[in-house]
Amino acid sequence: MTKPNNFAVLKPTPSSASLQYDPMTVSRFLGTMSPWTLFAIFAVLLIWPTIASAQSGEAVRPFNALWRWMPFLITKGFLFNVLISFLCLVIGTGAGVVLGLGQISQRRFIRAVSWLITQLFRNSPWLVILFIVMLALPYEMTIFGEVYYYPAWIKAVLGLSLPVMANISEIVRGAIRSVPNTQWEASEALAFTRNQTLWRIILPQCFKRMIPPWMNWYAILTMATPLVSILGVDDVVNLTRQAIVAENNRPELLMPFFGFVLILFFAYCYPIARLTLRLERKFAVKL
Amino acid sequence: MLDLFTEFFREMAENHPRWNFIFFYQGVQAEKIWLGLKYTIFLSVTCLFFSVVIGVVGAWLQGSNMRLLRSFVQGYIQLFRNTPPFVQLLFFYFALGQLTPTYSPDGWLEVPIISSVGWAIISLSFFAGAFNIEIFRAGIEAVPDTTIEASEALGLTRLQTYIYVVLPLGFRVSLPALNNNLVNLIKTTTQAFAISVPELLYQSVRIWNDYPSAQYPAMLLLFVVYVGLVGIMVFGMNRWEQKLRIPGYGN
Amino acid sequence: MTTSAPWTPDQPIVSLRDVYKSFGSLEVLKGINIDIMKGEVICIIGPSGSGKSTLIRCINALNDIQKGSIKVEGQEVHTDKLNKLELRKKIGMVFQQYNLFPHKTALQNVMMAPLLVLKEDKASTEKRARELLAKVRLADKEDAYPGELSGGQQQRVAIARSLAMQPDIMLFDEVTAALDPETVKEVLLTIKELAAEGMTCILVTHEMGFAREVADHIYFTDRGVIVEHGAPETFFDNAQDERTKLFLSQIL
Repeated sequence: MTKPNNFAVLKPTPSSASLQYDPMTVSRFLGTMSPWTLFAIFAVLLIWPTIASAQSGEAVRPFNALWRWMPFLITKGFLFNVLISFLCLVIGTGAGVVLGLGQISQRRFIRAVSWLITQLFRNSPWLVILFIVMLALPYEMTIFGEVYYYPAWIKAVLGLSLPVMANISEIVRGAIRSVPNTQWEASEALAFTRNQTLWRIILPQCFKRMIPPWMNWYAILTMATPLVSILGVDDVVNLTRQAIVAENNRPELLMPFFGFVLILFFAYCYPIARLTLRLERKFAVKL
Repeated sequence: MLDLFTEFFREMAENHPRWNFIFFYQGVQAEKIWLGLKYTIFLSVTCLFFSVVIGVVGAWLQGSNMRLLRSFVQGYIQLFRNTPPFVQLLFFYFALGQLTPTYSPDGWLEVPIISSVGWAIISLSFFAGAFNIEIFRAGIEAVPDTTIEASEALGLTRLQTYIYVVLPLGFRVSLPALNNNLVNLIKTTTQAFAISVPELLYQSVRIWNDYPSAQYPAMLLLFVVYVGLVGIMVFGMNRWEQKLRIPGYGN
Repeated sequence: MTTSAPWTPDQPIVSLRDVYKSFGSLEVLKGINIDIMKGEVICIIGPSGSGKSTLIRCINALNDIQKGSIKVEGQEVHTDKLNKLELRKKIGMVFQQYNLFPHKTALQNVMMAPLLVLKEDKASTEKRARELLAKVRLADKEDAYPGELSGGQQQRVAIARSLAMQPDIMLFDEVTAALDPETVKEVLLTIKELAAEGMTCILVTHEMGFAREVADHIYFTDRGVIVEHGAPETFFDNAQDERTKLFLSQIL
């Protein structure tokens, strides 16, 4: 944020930076919680339905079922979500960096187009983007006369990559903007070209600064992956539903099974959040 | 005028089979879109309201002296921030939904007392509320101790200091982040689709399932409406921010 | 400990007896004794970290003390029975960082406490607030927000804000330390006028020239104790203690 006036209206807190556009807040708060909370939540989620169904004397059965399905849900379901998130991250980051650099291009046209794409995908709901990509793209691709069919989840990856791309683009633009103008001027005075300045002077300075928000977006992305289940991709949520159906749709299974999915995501995102927080603190001091 | 409008799109559908803006000339479909839009706005506004209430109350509870209470609030925040809102929706609707009592309006049907719209409101409000708590708390903490001290030295009570000094200042600090979170909330309302809340996305999907030729137009409409809604929200919040801006402070 | 006979103006208006204060294991005040008569102006000087600010913050109970007694108009400050509100009506305080309320105009800043604390009616409060702003030569700035004022102007609003509570005693905590050199003068002038009108003033300051000119009595503190005190002339020209001499030689 901007430097306050000469009176102490507001503390120069790091939080003021987070209150700007980057949603680092997610990781910041996730990372502040103590590990015991995880166990507490575990306990609540598991004990609650137990008590609820204890009256019918069938307290143990849902958990036996969950126990049987657990390996399947993790390896075939959750790891698939993780795979999707990784692919989206790679694609989204690559495209996002290009788009972000486009936003600070010297050509007005490139700047305008990059800005428009960024804003469009940043401000549309993930699910809408996902729907559009899933339905608008064809199911096959023709390369040199050969027709290739590819599975729906590939399209889902593309669909989730687009909002990630737009947000990475903003991170890149913001980080470059955060380097003081004097750095550009100093480089210019030393007769560096614009490209040299950007790649040798500016980007190395803001690279570290981009890592925490980038990881933060990875956590958000991971939490968006179950949306693909709406479009028929067999991720952890769909497999969970199928598992419940396979267990004769018994209503007492719903809570432990969906609770388990919540816990899986929590267990995965929490360490990321903590690491993000730590890196953010570490890099904040150095810059 | 209206005839001209509908006629234009009717003709367009005939000449360009993939661009059938059916909801612009067929009353039934227009009705669906209109209903969806109303649900989306209703859901957004209601969740907005409750999430802000949760935020204010939660931020206040976090300042409590009781450790247990603080841990409880902290646990709530972490649980809801760290899990997908989509799975939260499913958990609320399917898992908790089966525990809620039902009533029977006609003696035959068993209707749960909380509808899918109700669960969407509860779930999304708690989701956005978890973020709001931290946003408000950060704002309150940004008010310097020295300013609070000055207020106390003037003889204001703690409550007076809170109402007249801490809140007005803290709220201004919170606004940009609040703005972000509320935009995010509007976007997240689409996920209520999964529990059959008849909002805009749900209605659009219904339309293009019935009329595949209307797929692109409906998608375009979705884009325009959501970017528009978000735009209105951002515009309104920015105006408010401008209005609350303290002259001479900041840039 | 017990409430003695009511305070009369011939007794010290503020009286510190053997005051000890520590933050955790850090001892900040180690047995401070000061008596201040009504209408007196005293300056507390000393190296930074010597406990000067803590000392005056204890007088209006912004800090508590571990041992000793502080009496304001005969009332013990550091007891559980203290009515902080009554105490703070008697004592005004001005801070180094002004600490104005940034979301209120100058006039609103001055009016806030009388309205909320003294529950005075708006018309008379506004009238008095205008007079006070005029008194600190800021009549034309009443609708300005703190952010639109210079440091010196803000500090004068802060003085007016304290005076609006019609206190008997004013505390000034390094009020010029954060100011630009050119605005220091206007603030000091305001304080000087206040002192001339007979306000009891307790100042922590680094402005030696000002202290010499305005003070009735100077206290020099170092490492939590009062090393030396006296009338300005004897203190500045004829310091006895080595530490005082060293300090004065460095600062003058």
